[in-house]
Amino acid sequence: MTETFRPLGGKLFTRHFQFMGVLVLIAGYFLIRRFVFGIGDVSNLSDGFPWGLWITYDVVTGTAIACGGYAMALLVYVFNRGQFHPMIRAALLTSVFGYTLAGASIIVDVGRYWQLYNVFLPQYINLNSVMLEVALCVTLYTLVLWIEFSPAILEAMKANRLLRFLRHILFFFIGVGILLPTMHQSSLGSLLLIAGYKVHDLWQTTIIPLLFLITAITMGYGIVVFESLYASVNLGRKLETPLLAKISAIIPWLLIVYLVLRIGDLFVTGNIRAIAAPGPEPFLFLAEVALFLCAIIALADKHHRTRPTILFWSSLAVVLGGALYRFDAFMIAFDPGPGWHYFPAVGEMSITLGIVAFEIMAYLFFVKKTPILAAEH
Amino acid sequence: MNIDRRQFFKVMAAGSAVAVGASPVQARQCKALPPDAIGILYDANLCIGCKACEHACKDANDMPVSSNGPIDQAHGVVGAWDGDDDLSGRTMNKIKAYVAEGSRTDLDDPEASFIKRACMHCIDPDCISACPVSALTKDPFTGIVSYNPDACIGCRYCQLACPFNIPKFQYDKAFPQIVKCQLCAPRIAEGEIPACCDACPTGASLFGRVEDLREEGHRRLAMQPGEREEFPLNQLGGATREAEAQSYYPHLYGEKESGGTQYLMVAGVPFDKLGMPPVGEESRARLSETLQHTLYKGMVAPGLLLSGLVYAAYQHTRDERDADHADHLEREQDDD
Amino acid sequence: MNSHLPPLLDASTSALATTGPTPAQPLALDEHLELHGLSRRRFLQFATSITAAMGLPATMTDQVLAAVEQQAAAGPARPPVIWLHFQECTGCTESLLRATHPTVEGLILDLISLDYSETLLAAAGHQAEQALHDSLTKHQGGFVLVVEGSVPTADNGNFCKVAGKTPQQMLHEIAPHAIAAIAIGSCASWGGVQSAAPNPTGAIGLQEALNLYQITKTDGAALPVINLPGCPASPYNILSTVLYNLTLKQLPELDAQQRPKFAYGRLIHENCERRPHFDAGRFAEEFGDDGHRQGWCLYKLGCKGPETYANCPVIEFGDVGGNTWPVGIGHPCFGCAEQGVGFHKPLHEQAKNVSLTSPSIFPGIITEHPGGATLTSAAVAGAIGGGALVYALGANSKLKALEEAEAQAAAQQSSAVSDA
Repeated sequence: MTETFRPLGGKLFTRHFQFMGVLVLIAGYFLIRRFVFGIGDVSNLSDGFPWGLWITYDVVTGTAIACGGYAMALLVYVFNRGQFHPMIRAALLTSVFGYTLAGASIIVDVGRYWQLYNVFLPQYINLNSVMLEVALCVTLYTLVLWIEFSPAILEAMKANRLLRFLRHILFFFIGVGILLPTMHQSSLGSLLLIAGYKVHDLWQTTIIPLLFLITAITMGYGIVVFESLYASVNLGRKLETPLLAKISAIIPWLLIVYLVLRIGDLFVTGNIRAIAAPGPEPFLFLAEVALFLCAIIALADKHHRTRPTILFWSSLAVVLGGALYRFDAFMIAFDPGPGWHYFPAVGEMSITLGIVAFEIMAYLFFVKKTPILAAEH
Repeated sequence: MNIDRRQFFKVMAAGSAVAVGASPVQARQCKALPPDAIGILYDANLCIGCKACEHACKDANDMPVSSNGPIDQAHGVVGAWDGDDDLSGRTMNKIKAYVAEGSRTDLDDPEASFIKRACMHCIDPDCISACPVSALTKDPFTGIVSYNPDACIGCRYCQLACPFNIPKFQYDKAFPQIVKCQLCAPRIAEGEIPACCDACPTGASLFGRVEDLREEGHRRLAMQPGEREEFPLNQLGGATREAEAQSYYPHLYGEKESGGTQYLMVAGVPFDKLGMPPVGEESRARLSETLQHTLYKGMVAPGLLLSGLVYAAYQHTRDERDADHADHLEREQDDD
Repeated sequence: MNSHLPPLLDASTSALATTGPTPAQPLALDEHLELHGLSRRRFLQFATSITAAMGLPATMTDQVLAAVEQQAAAGPARPPVIWLHFQECTGCTESLLRATHPTVEGLILDLISLDYSETLLAAAGHQAEQALHDSLTKHQGGFVLVVEGSVPTADNGNFCKVAGKTPQQMLHEIAPHAIAAIAIGSCASWGGVQSAAPNPTGAIGLQEALNLYQITKTDGAALPVINLPGCPASPYNILSTVLYNLTLKQLPELDAQQRPKFAYGRLIHENCERRPHFDAGRFAEEFGDDGHRQGWCLYKLGCKGPETYANCPVIEFGDVGGNTWPVGIGHPCFGCAEQGVGFHKPLHEQAKNVSLTSPSIFPGIITEHPGGATLTSAAVAGAIGGGALVYALGANSKLKALEEAEAQAAAQQSSAVSDA
């Protein structure tokens, strides 16, 4: 069975769109400052907190949120749930932007961006580096995502010959496109292993790659549900409740596996005793668990899953829970030692906000001008 | 459909069996001290806080002086003091002072000490394991951990990885670099010793072969307080001076920390009070690399996973290709 | 030297007043000053600086002045002092006599009634001993004992005798009747040069001798001892101690070595004019080298400033101004004012230094770095979070409407179906 995808059409420059434009302009101002006066000028990044909001949100959380494409591909192509096919392009779209902008924000974040290509040069690469794996996988996956997504553009361009060719080889890219996120979403967690004591005991564990992978996939499903509801609310699309109900049925299982691993590991390693330690960290940990538990409880009930409002809040809880997990591990519960403090600076937040706004603008542009969303029957 | 899934799981199971079963998890070897490893022994009991080493370090490395507002204000002069209060993008060697809460800074007060912070030149450096582009390298002979700005992409993962918070980054520059002590590698190449050891008036910073320095460190730990002892100046085997030994806290810092370091320290007070972080005896690089190399050994597991995935995707995109084919045929018929 | 004589004579006349028929008429302070060729204005300046040297607030200058004037006018009521010389070189007395800005000895000797001093007494021989005896009987428990020089303990102290008495005999005889004792110079403080190895005389300081021979006041209380070490002791520290006592009617605060904190509270290293060179690691490597000529730090030449507590860099020495004190003129401090340093450590051995002063130029172990939340950044973060929440709530209400519409539609459909 194949779907037909159609451009949504409609007015592009809505007030919503213009507001996003303003945010992008503000970010542009800070971006110029960053490149002229250095990273310290716009951010609170320091030698103690070399990674802040940009890495934590734009890269680590951003790509996890952009796992919709990966999660759906897993469902459609590995577990052959063809009925979800109509949702795959929209999911791919957010993935394409999520990853592309994560890549772009890396250019903002790294100090010596003009030498970024060194990660591809054989004389420089360091195979021991987790960072190298992440860098290569993210770059490759972004490329693969564009290839996977290109039918939508090619259809809009009516490049039929190329399209037919692509369809015959696309399965390979689909395969690669599932492998790569599996590798780097887990490795985003492994990045923290080497930081040792700097990462709080409640987050530092050798199974951190597995935990990051599971939450990334879960967040992927969460964001697919969230996005579909967003399209219904903002773009006047019909609700896809039956499909969403089925997708969201997966989420509790994944979360249960995650929680069992997470908490079980804390008990096995004995790090659970850190829960009694003073400071905000135990509460943050409990907040993560609470968000996931809410999602599990809300989505475990079959009838709940057919109600868009519950789907909305529980998918939000999944995404927020996963995001909080990443923020905690990379930023909030990260402690390089006494005397170091970090809270994102206004410039930093503005740039991140601008990137998110740009992502939404691009999403709106593409769904309105290219065949992304499945035609409604 | 179900058959496909079963097939997929079979492939996956076989893949993981090969990946995990055939290659039992083996921790990466601990790294050994390079044969001609050189380093510094810092003796906080000998340090007088004159900061000659800081001054010499800046001279030797062409580092800019950094003014310090509070000090300038306290002394009523501007720019007279080179006053970074920590290692930074301008300072790769820093003397800090520890004074116990409530104790006066008296002469014989055991609860006071200086400490010199600089790169520890780990035997198994986390920064080197972390760097994606090999911008940080360890000399196979001298063991010096040095930095190559031409390779560096400025990702600052080394800062995150370093348990001693040593690599510093020039956040205030449009074209920044990582800044850290490189044990005056260019001076050593010319047969000199590191500038800090050269400048130290008391032998508190002592240059030498790491193995000899370890021996010297243990000799000091064994000294009886009050006894007059010989202390080498600048470098082992050179001039010496006589002084009264003070009491040492029985720990040669850097002998085992994080897999061992080439910058060693002895002091009169416990090192946690001197701000040395709680690093274990094993480098985190070892754990991280063990995990990565187990998962990606010979790329067997990812390769198998990929073939399984591609196979599944091939199976499950048949409809699309067929539809495309039908579409194609249809169109050809139309053309006719 | 002649200019010093009148007050000495004046002092000694007062000392002899106990025997003489008419005590000399005390002069008013102004007259005294004029006699010493010192203008009132100069004296006021001096009073201000000496107040500061005592560590007293400048507002107390008037009190110090008043005390001086009152004391100078008091005549025979001035506190009686017995000044003993043991094993010493009289350098402390000499440096006191040679102070000229102003003539400190004049001031001191005007402030006190020096009843007995082997150096300064006009009387000699039996007459002098008689003065001592008279003063003792007259001022039982009311005089101040000043000791210059160390006490020999070897061979029953036979190394030093005055009027046939060894120092310990004199101490046994005199010390119990004193109100307090001042040990002037390093010898009296802890043995000084005579105590240097091998210390053939077994020289010890006053306090140690009092302890050793178990000499206490007649009432059994310990005799308070103020140490004013230095080789010689700074005359200004002697004057300040006396003035402090006169002004505040109490002993100055002492450190663990019984030295007045106002004079010995800080290391020479802390106030040294060469300190910036130390802090920048600029050392003279040998006498006469470039660094030495440029006034660099003398640490490497063996300066004991980092382990010696004294105010030499502040008040200088030798009383000729122009930066004249040992370090000022290019020789490392040899630590005369510190027990176990001067005369004990090799002259050119590097000092032990664990002094962390002044602390302001040493960063602490933990450095506070900026980067925390500011009001603005917190506000922006809050606005983003709040905006997202408002947006989510808006989406929720829209979804609810959709949900209800769909439910209605479904209900209508089912009713339509059932109708059909």
